[in-house]
Formats: sequence, C-alpha cells, structure tokens
Amino acid sequence: MSLTVRVTSPRYAARQALHAEWTKFRTVPGPAWLLAGIVALTVAVGVAAASAARCQSATCGIDPATVSFTGIYPGQAAAAVAGVLAIGSEYSTGMIKLSLTAMPRRLTWFAAQAAVLTATVLTASVLAVAGAALAGRLILPGHGFTRAHGYASLTSATDFRAAVGAAVYLTLIALLSLGLAAAVRDSAVAIGLALGMLYLFPIAASLVSNPTLARHLDQIGPLPAGLDAQATTGMKTLPLTPWQGLGAVTLWTLGALLLGALTLTLRDV
Amino acid sequence: VTSFWYLMHAEWTKFRTVRGWVVAVLLTIAATTAFVFVATGASSSCVGPSGPSACPVQPTGPGGVPVIDSFYLVHQPVTGNGMITVQLTSLTGQAPWSKAGIILKENTSEGSAYAAMMVTGSNGVRLQWDYVNDTPGLAGGVSAAAPRWLRLVRDGGTITGYDSADGARWTLVGTAPLPGLTSTVQAGLFAAGSYYDSSSCTSDSSFCTQATGVFRHLGLSWPATGWAGTTVGGGPNSGLPVPGTFRQGAGTLTVASYGDIGPAAGNAYGGTGQSLQRALDGTFFGLIPLIVVAAMFMTAEYRRGLIRVSLAAAPRRGWLLAAKAVVIGAVGFVAGLVAAALSLVVGTHLMHGPMAWPVSLLTEARMVAGTGVLLAVAAVLALAIATIVRRSASAIAIAIVVTVVPYLLAFHPGSQPQGSGPGGGGGWPLQVTPAAALSLQQAVPQFHQLLAVYPLVNGYYPLAPWAGLAVECAWAAAALALAFFLLRRRDA
Repeated sequence: MSLTVRVTSPRYAARQALHAEWTKFRTVPGPAWLLAGIVALTVAVGVAAASAARCQSATCGIDPATVSFTGIYPGQAAAAVAGVLAIGSEYSTGMIKLSLTAMPRRLTWFAAQAAVLTATVLTASVLAVAGAALAGRLILPGHGFTRAHGYASLTSATDFRAAVGAAVYLTLIALLSLGLAAAVRDSAVAIGLALGMLYLFPIAASLVSNPTLARHLDQIGPLPAGLDAQATTGMKTLPLTPWQGLGAVTLWTLGALLLGALTLTLRDV
Repeated sequence: VTSFWYLMHAEWTKFRTVRGWVVAVLLTIAATTAFVFVATGASSSCVGPSGPSACPVQPTGPGGVPVIDSFYLVHQPVTGNGMITVQLTSLTGQAPWSKAGIILKENTSEGSAYAAMMVTGSNGVRLQWDYVNDTPGLAGGVSAAAPRWLRLVRDGGTITGYDSADGARWTLVGTAPLPGLTSTVQAGLFAAGSYYDSSSCTSDSSFCTQATGVFRHLGLSWPATGWAGTTVGGGPNSGLPVPGTFRQGAGTLTVASYGDIGPAAGNAYGGTGQSLQRALDGTFFGLIPLIVVAAMFMTAEYRRGLIRVSLAAAPRRGWLLAAKAVVIGAVGFVAGLVAAALSLVVGTHLMHGPMAWPVSLLTEARMVAGTGVLLAVAAVLALAIATIVRRSASAIAIAIVVTVVPYLLAFHPGSQPQGSGPGGGGGWPLQVTPAAALSLQQAVPQFHQLLAVYPLVNGYYPLAPWAGLAVECAWAAAALALAFFLLRRRDA
C-alpha cells in the first residue's frame, strides 16, 4: 500500500484525526480538570439541594429528580467551557494553523474534535448524574419524599429515563459550545454566547408577565427543554414532553455545529 | 499617587480603544433596557376560581399604599380632643398577629386614616397607625389574671398611645401623627382575626381565624352617644367569611371578627400587583456581556503577552490590578446607572395594570444607584476571577455561574423556604452568593407585622438591600485579595 493511498483513504484519515485529537486531549491537564468540574459541581450542588429540600405533605408537588439534578445548572457551565476550549484554545494559541496543516480535511478534523469531546464529556456526565441520583436516592427519602407522600420509588424506569436525559443533555451542551466556538473563533465571546443562551431563556421565562410567552420561552430555550427531559412528576403540565425536550436541545446543538462547520470550511483561519 | 493616576489613564485608554469592548458595554445598556418591553408588555390579569378575571380594585390608604381594611368596628362619633381607655382581659385567636383593642378612625370607609392600641396574638401590645406603622408596647399575652389597659389620647392631628398592666401606672408606647385628621372621628373597639398561613386555610379566603376580644371598663372622655356596629370594608369582596359580632354581658363587652387592618403586601390580601422592580429585570441580560468584557480586560493581557509589557511599566503589580479594577468598576457603574435610569423611565410609562406598591423617589434612587453598584462590583469580581484563572472561558463561566445562576436556582424547588413569614423568597441561593446584591433592586416593602409569603416572583428578596450588597462586596474583596496574592507570586 503506497503512501498516497493511505493518506487519501478517508477511513484511515478519520482514525488518524481521532487519535491525534485524543492525544491532544489526554496530554494537557486542562480538559481533565473540566471533566472533574462537571462531576464535582453536579454532585455537590445536587447534594446541597437535596439536603435543603423538604416535602411536608402529599401535595408538596416537588419533583425529586429535579431536586437531585439541581447541580446540572452549574455543571453545564463546566461542560460548555470544555466544548468552547476544545476549539477556542486552538485559535487562541495559533495551534489551529498547525492542526489544519497536518489535517487539511477540516470537517474530518472537526468531527474528530466532536467525537473526542462527546466520548469524554459523556463519560463524565454519566458519572456526575449517577452520583447526583445516588445522593438524591440516599438523602431525599429522609426529607419527606416517601411512599406516604406519593413518591413510590426513586429507582423506576422514569427515574432512569430522567438520568439518561440529564447525562445526554450535558453532552449536547458541550457539543453546542464546540459549534459556537468554531463559529465565533474566540473563547470569551463563545462562552458568553453559550451561557447567555442557556441561562437567559429560563430567566426571561420566569420574569415575563405573559404566561403564553413564558411557556413559549420554556419550549424554545435549550435549558428549559433539557429540564423537561429530567422530569419525573407532573408530566402533563410540562411545556414539552421529555423526548421533545431532548429533541429541542439536539436541534440547537446541530444548528451550532452546522454553523461551526460552515465557518470552518468557508473562512481562512 | 501621580503614577497611579497615569496607570489608571493607561488602563482606561486600553479599554476604550478596543472597539469590541465598547460595543459590549453598549450592549449591556441596550439589553437591560430592551427587556423592559418584554417584561412589562402584557398587563397582569388576576386568576380567579374560574380562570383569569378582572383584578378587583385594591383599597388604598393614606399615601396611596395598598391596604386591607376589613374588620368589625364598634364605634360612635366623637369630636375634638379627648381620650378613650379600656381594659382587655382576654384575646382568643390562633394567628400571631390576631388583634383586638381600641381605635380612632377617621370614618368607616375602607382605607381611612386611623390609630389603634391593641393586644396581639403573640406579639404583645402594639400601637399601629395608617396601616404600615407598628410600635411595640408591653410584651406577653393577656389573661384575666394579667389584663392589659390601653389608652389613646387625641390632640389635634396627633394621637398618643399608652399601655398599662394595672390601669394606674401608664407607659407611653408611641405617637401617631395623622395629618389632616377631621375634627369628628369614630372611636371604638375592634377585633380582627388577621392573616394566617394560607396553607392551613380550608376556604379560599385569606381569613381563616377569628379574633375575640373581651373588654371591661371602657371609658370615653367625650359624651357618649351609643355604640353602633359596622363591618368596615364589608363589600362583597371583603373576604370576611361571616360578619363580626358585638355582645354586651355583665360588665364585659365582647367583639369577635375575622379580617385585618394593615398593609396588603407579599402574597396576602391581593397585594400581588406589578412591582416597579420588574422594569429592572433586564439586568441579567446586561450582566453577561459586562462579565465577558471585565474578564477579557485581564485575560487579553495574558493572551497576547501584553502582561509583560504592562508589568514592566508598572512593577508594583497590585497597582496594575487596582487600576484595572477602578476602570472596569467605573465602566460597570456608569453602564448600570444609565441602563437602570432608562429602564425605570421606560418601564414607568409602559406598565399598566395594578402597581403593587407606590415607590418613593428615595427608593427609585436606591434602585438606580444600586443597579450601578451591583454591575460595578460584578465587573470587579469577574476581573478578579480572570486574574486568578487567567483563561477567559473558565473565568467568564465561573463569574456567570456565581452571579446569574443563583437567581435561577432560587426559583428551583428545594430552595424555596417553606411556610410563611418575613424574610422574602428565594432562599439560600440569594443569601450566600454574589447574586444577593440583586436585593438592591427591591421596590416593594416587607412588613414584620404581616405574616404573608414574600415570593421572589413578586419582587421580594431574602436579604435587605444593603446586606445583599455586603455579600456581593465580600465575594469581590475575597477574589481581589486572592488575585493580588497570585499576581504577585506567579510569573507573568
């Protein structure tokens, strides 16, 4: 097999790109810290929220999964930083020129970045969500989330779906930020945009006085949509069903990735 | 000092010559103000048992404050100066602020001026006047063995309250100025069950407890003309489950009634109209671009290696940090001030529907200046975090998570304080994080004498304005101290 054949084989190029990105990822300490941050923030804030939550009657109307996964609020910021820095640090250090010289197929390179990010953030998210769910399972029954108050079990299929939804949500947010960073090519602006997009929708929804507008904001925003995927009670009143919610976040992520891919292919670095 | 001035000037030049940063600050102002149109766009409607309905007209007291004035009054007209005295031997009522006592009230219509001496369920003797004012007298409960004597003395537009345990030695409780009080007023006895925890109410009404006061030795210095019983605020919307009663026994007078006299605030008594603070809700939209700029003001130095030049020019590293903090703080303050002033002007014109509470000029000034200070300290905090972590993405994420996300967490189940009581909504996220300073924007007052729920969604924060600011300042100071320590210790 000649050299030319090896280089032009897309499958081999993809494998090479993946290997290169994985090497980049595991040989600098920053990303590992961020992944640890996702786990630490999600679990710690989840424990704090579960410890503070009280259900005093059968009508307290608190979703135990929502309480356990409170840490997703700050945890997704760490996931967003991981996504932004995957591309952003390439631009801020000028490394991007070297990367694209070594790998002229820009989309292959971009896909390899996304793949490494997905694998690593998903692993961290599963750990984070499992830790938060376990903490909730241990703490919440002692705080009134009992069978007598209508919480039959905290380990049903619904709870499992909520946990899967939370972990997938964190991963999608990292990918969304990766796409944004590729589109704006500046870490600071990208993280500002990503976190603004995540946090401002639910704040706006809680502040507008028009209930119809508030509901629409909750349907459109990636964070509220992602929360729908983590709900286990009061499903009838959710702005979106859990899978619709996850679908809405996926659409945002695909949009951002598409924007990033377009910028990457159409512009000079 | 001169060199610090030059340093500040240099940092200001750095700031104003980066077009993107100036645009971001303008975006801070624009985003804050623009949200007013969304936040105040729809008039709030009231939700009745059968869906949305027209909001009932809220009675207002002196000064236009929304009040609750529904109770049973046993009264007779009196003219000129004089005095009313009574002994109270028993008060039964479940609520901590259930009340019974003597009152001088301008007339029997809702919202008229009054001053009253009363015994309360578990807050002792009180002098209250014009709905919002409350002064404590003798502590402790009342019983036949330990009765309470109450006295009100009218002198023109001033009413003075006294209390006594034995009817011989009187103690001044306080003086209630009632400017413009008519010459003839109604003097008499009253009782009001007061608002209790609504979750323990079985009916839709705010009133689920009755107060019953047993009086003896009622004395008037004015000529007696005979007592009449009137349900004040007794319209169809009064919310009183049953009218009050007045019984005369052997030397005793018994008045029993549901209802309350006091401010309508929090979620009690329909006091849930729009708060002027709503006009400043766009602050969150302004905070994000400002935090991005404040963090970049430091991280840009590291990214291009400019920090070496800057530190060569200013070898005293603390001064460089101080100069940057002053510049970004001033930028944040001015941006917040302009944004808040614009938002309040626009918001005042756009708001329709019932306003929850009239806002004094002093409060408006505190809200505007407070927003400036809130943004200034947030910018300094972001700068300090950026100095500590030196990477823009991480710095911005941390700053946003500690200043914006707590507000979201405050709406989260589990953060909400259970039950009712003064202290405001939002729980721990708005007490211990830098977001606590949002309390500077609170426009509606809280009352210790009204045990309502004071929810975040109606503009109530858990901390007082200055306490909230102190929390944010403490975080910024701690972050600056760590930044200073690290900047001096580390290589650039």
